[in-house]
Amino acid sequence: MKNLSMRDALRAALHEEMIRDERVFLMGEEIGKWQGTHRVTRGFYEEFGAERVRDTPISEMAIAGVATGAAMAGLRPVAEMMTINFAFLAFDAIINHAAKIHYMFNGQFTVPLVVRAATGWGNQATATHSHTPEPIWAHFPGLIVGCPSNAYDAKGMLKAAIRDENPILFTEVIALYPKPSPIPDEEYLIPIGESAVKREGDDVTIVSYGRGVEWSLEAAETLAKEDIQAEVIDIRWLRPLDMSKTLASFKKTNRCVVVEESLPHYSFGSEIAAQLQEAAFDYMDAPVKRVSALDVPLPYARDIELMALPNAQKVVQAVKEVL
Amino acid sequence: MATKIESLTKETLLEWYREIVLIRKFENMCHHLYFEEKDPARKITGVYLHLATGSEATHVGAVKALGVDDHVITAYRDHGIAIARGVDPNRVMAEMMGKRTGTSGGKGGSMHLADRSVNFWGGYAIVGGHVPLGVGIALKEKYVKSGSAVLCFVGDGALNNGYFHEAANMAQVWKLPIVFLIENNLVGMGTRIEESSGQTNPVKRAAGYGMKEGPSVDGQNIVEVYEAVKAELDWSRENGPVLMESRTYRFEGHGVSDKQFDARDDLKGELAIWEARDPINVLADHIKKKYKNIDDELAKLDTEATQVVNEAVEYAVNSPAPDYNDLIANVYVALTPEYRTR
Ligand SMILES: Cc1ncc(C[n+]2csc(CCOP(=O)(O)OP(=O)(O)O)c2C)c(N)n1
Repeated sequence: MKNLSMRDALRAALHEEMIRDERVFLMGEEIGKWQGTHRVTRGFYEEFGAERVRDTPISEMAIAGVATGAAMAGLRPVAEMMTINFAFLAFDAIINHAAKIHYMFNGQFTVPLVVRAATGWGNQATATHSHTPEPIWAHFPGLIVGCPSNAYDAKGMLKAAIRDENPILFTEVIALYPKPSPIPDEEYLIPIGESAVKREGDDVTIVSYGRGVEWSLEAAETLAKEDIQAEVIDIRWLRPLDMSKTLASFKKTNRCVVVEESLPHYSFGSEIAAQLQEAAFDYMDAPVKRVSALDVPLPYARDIELMALPNAQKVVQAVKEVL
Repeated sequence: MATKIESLTKETLLEWYREIVLIRKFENMCHHLYFEEKDPARKITGVYLHLATGSEATHVGAVKALGVDDHVITAYRDHGIAIARGVDPNRVMAEMMGKRTGTSGGKGGSMHLADRSVNFWGGYAIVGGHVPLGVGIALKEKYVKSGSAVLCFVGDGALNNGYFHEAANMAQVWKLPIVFLIENNLVGMGTRIEESSGQTNPVKRAAGYGMKEGPSVDGQNIVEVYEAVKAELDWSRENGPVLMESRTYRFEGHGVSDKQFDARDDLKGELAIWEARDPINVLADHIKKKYKNIDDELAKLDTEATQVVNEAVEYAVNSPAPDYNDLIANVYVALTPEYRTR
């Protein structure tokens, strides 16, 4: 057991999978000689060489498209989008190609592709560089979408993603990169489509993913001091969406708050709320409350930027509104 | 060294003739089944059907230049390429009719034919989207040092889409074994190449990527296409990508929804010029010049091709339609790999 930051846990996952399977290779902007924008691939170029750690031009459509072709042909590419904001340029390659090819050609091709992308608002990164858009991508059948909330999950989830036969968008919250968790020495995998209870409680269910889990756990601590016991669910994979733990929890607490770093319209929160009322209407004691970013493009000025974003305090507030 | 026509056997030339004629008849049958057929059980329906009449020599000549372990990928004008690569015409026709026996189980349609077993990686309907896929397949072949190469058809219109630019550059940076064959039929939907491209000589774009500028060949002459593509594929195996062009023409509109072709007189004049260079006649003339008293044999191949097409139609008509289980199948590869137990 040792403490690793999420950055190093991801790095360990990639490293282990590259050692395990020669077909696994990396491609992306600045991942090699420059050591990776977020330093997740630090040292890889020196260790694995230019064939397996491929520095690319600034060509998001081609990064996703070429990786898709290589995956179809039998390799196991892990493509990196420097940030999810630039993956918008590759939307067509990922959605209209990677995610559709298995179905459209009736199972003849598989696309064992992982697209990693850093996600989340930065410090005053402003409107174009502050997206947390996992729900948009999770809209489409054929794509798997995962986003870990901590270093331990990040390692197990990424390893499972690399071994899966499906195309996967794997996003990594930039603010979580430096945060450590204890990581066992032995190998472990976190199955795709498995959510987790991160804290138990009987009074309210808080559902989240990614950075929102951190705020939710922080809020739960605060609430516990007032004798309110929150159960915190980490969805981990937005698609396939595992509602089992959320539903079980909701049937116990009858109240739910959804916490998301992303925007409120047509969102993660909307989906969870819709599924809860469909599956557990009779268990509802209060409307499902959503804590999301404000419905604006993120501004530059620090004070109003923070105003627009969720935090633990807003989660505490929302919980009190549903009690 | 490129193979010269003299070294092509009579059998080869006759086989090519049979396939060109087969594809022509297949496309004409598709046209008939879409526009004229009255029986709903026999009709081809939908909004998209892009015929390749006029381009058969480009399609067959280029595909024949591939080795068995080489690969081909293209856009939506894919029927002839599929057949040339050895995909069963029955299954191609079944796909047109959306049948379960189709190449894509009736789920891809005319624009999404594919057959993994012959390294035909498909037709793709988003302009340019298949170009990086082809580059990715080439990456794999270089990664495993197989010596195989990829033939990637690219429309003259698709050249202006960002996908081409990014994929071509990346292929060159990594010296991947791929031939980009510009299928220049002078028009993308209704936009002429002079109206869409600053550089109207497609191979000149190679310089911008530091790529080998390949030849521009007469796309109506199957022998010329075959020889050039074969030579460039071989070059690419060792040296990296090539940009080459085959100059050809669409004898029909862009697709079945395109009405302007019939309406525009200027295009009719141009069509007549190209019809005079029909790839079937160009090849038939070659063959007749070389072999005396061959007319009967050619006529026999014509008849055979008609039979194959008729059979394909009956096969498709009598095939089952996909059902609900097909509808929900193959969205994901089953999530049951070994990692679950480890
Ligand atoms: C990204 C995208 N934009 C537009 C279209 C609509 N569209 C379909 S075919 C086509 C013309 C393509 O022309 P070209 O590449 O020359 O191929 P050709 O049809 O001549 O074989 C267009 C604009 C599309 N399918 N995809």
